[in-house]
Amino acid sequence: MSTTPSTTFQSPETGTARVKRGMAEQLKGGVIMDVVNAEQAKIAEDAGAVAVMALERVPADIRKDGGVARMSDPNMIEEIIGAVSIPVMAKSRIGHFVEAQVLQSLGVDYIDESEVLTPADEVNHSDKWAFTTPFVCGATNLGEALRRIAEGAAMIRSKGEAGTGNVVEAVRHLRQIKNEIAKLRGFDNNELFAAAKELRAPYELVKEVAELGKLPVVLFSAGGVATPADAALMRQLGAEGVFVGSGIFKSGDPAKRAAAIVKATTFFDDPKVIADASRNLGEAMVGINCDTLPESERYANRGW
Amino acid sequence: MSNTPVIGVLALQGDVREHLIALASADAVARPVRRPEELAEVDGLVIPGGESTTISKLAALFGLMEPLRERIAAGMPVYGTCAGLIMLADKILDPRSGQETFGGIDMIVRRNAFGRQNESFEAGVGVTGIEDGPVEGVFIRAPWVESVGAQVEVLAEHGGHIVAVRQGNALATSFHPELTGDHRIHALFVDMVRAAG
Repeated sequence: MSTTPSTTFQSPETGTARVKRGMAEQLKGGVIMDVVNAEQAKIAEDAGAVAVMALERVPADIRKDGGVARMSDPNMIEEIIGAVSIPVMAKSRIGHFVEAQVLQSLGVDYIDESEVLTPADEVNHSDKWAFTTPFVCGATNLGEALRRIAEGAAMIRSKGEAGTGNVVEAVRHLRQIKNEIAKLRGFDNNELFAAAKELRAPYELVKEVAELGKLPVVLFSAGGVATPADAALMRQLGAEGVFVGSGIFKSGDPAKRAAAIVKATTFFDDPKVIADASRNLGEAMVGINCDTLPESERYANRGW
Repeated sequence: MSNTPVIGVLALQGDVREHLIALASADAVARPVRRPEELAEVDGLVIPGGESTTISKLAALFGLMEPLRERIAAGMPVYGTCAGLIMLADKILDPRSGQETFGGIDMIVRRNAFGRQNESFEAGVGVTGIEDGPVEGVFIRAPWVESVGAQVEVLAEHGGHIVAVRQGNALATSFHPELTGDHRIHALFVDMVRAAG
């Protein structure tokens, strides 16, 4: 231990898969919250959020307002970046790689190529390998998750149905992904080729998942989480963390609800903690029954 | 302590799983720690990467701040990576309001010093006490150590900034060995825990 510290100056490499995926590893066990301004971002940070998603309108308002939903105003994103020290994410439309270029130039820490915004391309998602900034993408099943990872996504979130305050679709999608992974575990090598074909995903990725028993990237849950118990449910079902969109700032007491969801996400397997976190939170967001939602208003159907 | 030390990983938030795997591969019994009673049962503790503001808040909320400070002061070996390095610093240069640390290493740290995610990088890092060449340094929105007290041994620098330190039984790195297959630093820490027992 007597040698002088030596430093090897291999040229540092940015934007590697390990650096992109590793960033998501740091968010595990945490809550990522949708915010529309610097004030909400600070509330989220004070409540213990691990990151914020900067967007102009939360999904519940996008639903209400209708029309085309696009990337947020760069000024608004920069204000949020300036207001907090936790990572800031922002959304681009599916296939709108120029919005993604803009978000990268603003210095956001993660880009969400999101079905909550109106898709810009009905065939192609963005080539996410072309960016230094990592991407998170939504998925409703394993094949979709693996296609996004093949395109360069460094994190996956099950889609759920954003802006509904109804956890039913989040549960459906996460269960789907987990069940399909479990099924792959039982396959022998001969079966993996057919499985890849059926999943419409690259064989190498399918094989990797079969070996790991999990996705090669971090898996969060999103779309409909409104209460501490919802967040804990998604964790118990196997999500490594949760995104909460409209559920916090569309509720009666956002600061309190945000802190409560953070607690329940960490102690997801302790009903006493979840019970305490659930007390006196005020009104939850009203919520929408997903079976009354017309097909055209189901965001989860966007992306392929 | 038997020859196989029991090492906890603070599991409030962050890349806990990767540390559990790295410790197990370095011949320790590894388990997550979220409660004071779980802390009491381990011989050493890893504080993982994550968000230091979140970890600090949850530690205070769930009564871990004081028990952890006491154990560290009493000489329990601890190893912090990235956010864990911040949590082991006696002082943060730019804390968020109310952000507290466990302390244990006489140093001042700068959060996110290497920049935002777009500046996150990998590079080889030579670490004093680690043989067979540089370790794979994965730096993610990483902090660096701005200055250290006389009792602190600087183990590594990158680009002229301190990125690994040790003071007594406390070890800290700005980077994330747990994200690589290279577990030499975890093995060093397991040895520290063995020696302390």
